[in-house]
Amino acid sequence: MSYLEYNVKTVPTGIRKVLYLNWPLVLLLITVASFGFLMLYSVAGGSVSPWVEPQMKRFGMGLALMFIVAMVPIWFWRNMAGLAYAVSLVLLIMVEFFGDVGMGAQRWIDLGFMRLQPSELMKITLVMLLAAYYDWLPVNRVSSPLAVLIPVLLILLPVFLVLRQPDLGTSLLLLMGGGIVIWLAGVHWGYFAAIFASGVGLVTAVFASRGTAWQLLEDYQYRRIDTFLNPGTDPLGTGYHITQSKIALGSGGFSGRGFMEGTQSRLNFLPEKHTDFIFTTLAEEFGFVGAFSLLVLYSLILIFCCVSAFNNKDRFASLLTLGIGGTFFLFFAVNMAMVMGLAPVVGVPLPLVSYGGSAMLVLMVAFGLVQSAHVHRPRQG
Amino acid sequence: MKQTARDMAMSTKTITRRGLLLGGAQIGLLGVLGWRMHDLQIRQSDQFRLLAEENRINMRLIPPSRGLIFDRNGLPLAINEQNYRVTLVREDAGDVEAVLHRLAQIVPLTDQEISEAISNAKRRSPFVPVTIKDWMTWEDIAEVSVNAPVLPGITAEVGLSRHYPYGQETAHVVGYVGPVSDYDLERLENPDPLLQIPRFQIGKTGVEARWEERLRGSAGTKRIEVNAVGRVMRELDRNEGDAGQDLQLTLDTSLQNYVAERLKGEAASVVVMDCATGDILALCSAPSFDPNQFVRGISSQNYNLLRDNKYRPFRCKAVQDVYPPGSTFKMITALAAIEAGLVTPEETAWCPGHMVVGTGGQRFHCWKGGGHGHVDLHKALKESCDVYFYDIAQRVGIDKIAEMARKLGLGTRHDIPMLAVAEGLTPDKQWKRSVRGEIWRIGDTVNASIGQGYVLASPLQLAVMTARLATGRSVEPRLIKSVNTVETPLDEQPDLTISPSGLRYIRRAMYATSNDRKGTAYGSRIVADEFRMAGKTGTSQVRRITLEERRQGITRNEDLPWERRDHALWVNYAPFENPRIAVAVVVEHGGGGSRAAAPIGRDVTLRALYGDLPPVEAYPTKDRDRITEMHRRMSLRDFDTSPPKSDRA
Repeated sequence: MSYLEYNVKTVPTGIRKVLYLNWPLVLLLITVASFGFLMLYSVAGGSVSPWVEPQMKRFGMGLALMFIVAMVPIWFWRNMAGLAYAVSLVLLIMVEFFGDVGMGAQRWIDLGFMRLQPSELMKITLVMLLAAYYDWLPVNRVSSPLAVLIPVLLILLPVFLVLRQPDLGTSLLLLMGGGIVIWLAGVHWGYFAAIFASGVGLVTAVFASRGTAWQLLEDYQYRRIDTFLNPGTDPLGTGYHITQSKIALGSGGFSGRGFMEGTQSRLNFLPEKHTDFIFTTLAEEFGFVGAFSLLVLYSLILIFCCVSAFNNKDRFASLLTLGIGGTFFLFFAVNMAMVMGLAPVVGVPLPLVSYGGSAMLVLMVAFGLVQSAHVHRPRQG
Repeated sequence: MKQTARDMAMSTKTITRRGLLLGGAQIGLLGVLGWRMHDLQIRQSDQFRLLAEENRINMRLIPPSRGLIFDRNGLPLAINEQNYRVTLVREDAGDVEAVLHRLAQIVPLTDQEISEAISNAKRRSPFVPVTIKDWMTWEDIAEVSVNAPVLPGITAEVGLSRHYPYGQETAHVVGYVGPVSDYDLERLENPDPLLQIPRFQIGKTGVEARWEERLRGSAGTKRIEVNAVGRVMRELDRNEGDAGQDLQLTLDTSLQNYVAERLKGEAASVVVMDCATGDILALCSAPSFDPNQFVRGISSQNYNLLRDNKYRPFRCKAVQDVYPPGSTFKMITALAAIEAGLVTPEETAWCPGHMVVGTGGQRFHCWKGGGHGHVDLHKALKESCDVYFYDIAQRVGIDKIAEMARKLGLGTRHDIPMLAVAEGLTPDKQWKRSVRGEIWRIGDTVNASIGQGYVLASPLQLAVMTARLATGRSVEPRLIKSVNTVETPLDEQPDLTISPSGLRYIRRAMYATSNDRKGTAYGSRIVADEFRMAGKTGTSQVRRITLEERRQGITRNEDLPWERRDHALWVNYAPFENPRIAVAVVVEHGGGGSRAAAPIGRDVTLRALYGDLPPVEAYPTKDRDRITEMHRRMSLRDFDTSPPKSDRA
């Protein structure tokens, strides 16, 4: 069913669309972002500078972007998917040549008015393109080998580019985000079993190649894996981050040490306390109650996405919504697992809470797409 | 591509089914996250709370203020002086070099000090204060404070440093403090953590070293919160330590000052003791050194000059050095003979100027070549006839003499709180057999009878001997008068169990030594009747005069190089009727005791008894002009501001 077949009368038009927005989702996003403001205020030692103020401006900008994107019919965005993917890819290649180096990796591109991380953009545009691809592909051909190869290549291309920056975390997120869309589209599970098996083989190869001339990862990536597997071996060196992070979390206890009373973050024992490790500050100052609340809020966002997708008869819209929800899940789950010592430290921010421009704006645009799909869903006459 | 309605329905079904499967997996993962949160934050919370506290809290030691040292009249001998210094905090300074050059325009700073400060500051964390200059004057500090606005990062600070107001005069007794060396740390079984503090100082010599533990006090602690790079954020609480104990010495600084002045130019030492209590009123060794140089850090050039000086300024000759006591030992030989009942005082001997001893026919000379003729004990002591003692010593035997010497305080280490207090040597037969592996020969006894040969005693021991002779009780020297104003109890002074008649006889002979026209110290007598003294001269040979030299006529000290001249000794107590003080004087290579040591003993005795510069009337008429001149030339300190000298001995 193409957009022309929608019963135009049942789809809200004009300013009335605002009433059909998924308002609980908007409210949830604002609540989660407020957690972020609070924590950034705390880690800055009770000050809106240097982090809270820009973060709030960006969130406001993100909200505006979300509403604009939501107002535009979802079929327009479906048609834009290919272009968006192409632009992201070009930017990724540009980063390869002109990008600024930050934190040991080439990730940023200076656009003059803002510093953009094309890999963040790619997380959404990849999901968009895959959803559009499966919307176009006849359902009965989904599992044919050629039809599977195309999306796999579409995924591997940016994954390869991001891995070269090198940014292991984002490339894994891209891989998994794309995988989620392929899975949802109904590709035969045998492919996934095969990929899982080859994945195990790859991991074995990665470790087997270590120290040889053809080793597959950078030394620092190996070290991160080492310290993940056994952080106690080098508590002041590379294992420092995880050890201090766990101390901060654990010392929070049930109810936390109180707002602005977290000693671990205030005294700089935590690394990147305003970005990747902001969850530890929350967990230290508000304890299990605060940390679990954030987890519940994230889960609610995820559930609203799922419910919206299941109620959407449009294939592109539901694939896109679930894909974005899945990517969002990957973001916060990987970050939380990382700071709690369940996953290697791969440099994934906590969505909507960590300080950072690109990720925040891209995520808000993504939720704009989710809202657009929600507003413009086909309705029964 | 156009999709059919059937496809649509199937698509939605697939997506929902797969979506639910995915959602299930996600819920499973969320469960893992929730379980992990519970595990870390609730189950293991206490353990992590502890780790967080360990992270942030540091214990710092607060150095206690070191105990002060006073003299018997409450004059300060060692104090903690305020040390003004300027420090620099790099991160506050910004441009370190510019700030230092600006500082150099305000206070004198050498280029070397500036470059040192810069390199010091760069080596440390930016927030650690670095000392630029120590020991600044108050005026300079005031200048720095006034100019604070143009000197960011520069702070004027006050620290405490040890200072010895009487410097050289009390250097040997009080000692000095210095930084803790690796050797100091190695020596201690369980070093006080305070010693690890940079710039912490401990006693190195003298009372400062021996009473180190009590003077140091105990460290306080403060708990401070630090951040990940060790910057101090705030102080959580503090527990003040105990300040060190204040000591009061038995020294009388004004007397000490006089003695130091009197000994100027000599390599000599003097001990003045209170006969009744054993209090050491003055303990002086010349030449001396300035202990304050060591506190501030002495240059190696100055140190080497002091170390290589042949008069050995570092050495406290009064307690650390031992000398053959020479004729001052004769009282012991005499008493041993009287107590053994082998000699009656009236018995006489013939002194031809020498004596042939033993089967070997070795000749022992009297100091007086022509001999003393008939001598009894009184005359033998008064005129210091050697042959008389050669004679009685052979009859008494060395063991009885040694026993008497020990009774009078020789050959034992008197426990005063200084380092390397000499034990001396009181030889006997057993000693020679076990230490030197030889048999005791009669010649050894003869030598020992006049305080030569193996006999060695420190000036402190000679003063103790004299005090014991004067009182008949076993007086022990005491240097610590009180600790934290609590008086140190006096040692018990048991009777020496020497017959009073024997002691009386010796004392009368000592009186005659300095008051009888023929006495060896008559020239150094006291004419003030109430302060007349009893004493004994001593001249101890550093080396035997060879027969060759005797033949060539080199028997006079003045003909020998300094190092080979005789030591001059003198002991006395006074006043004779009612002994208050005992004095021992040793002038290294000073020549004859009566000429070089006795005058010093007399002057010191008078000064101690009068409690001030003695009137010239106390001196023999012919000496008065010389004494007046000497008093005029002495640069004595002004002690008028000191408290009343009520308990002066």
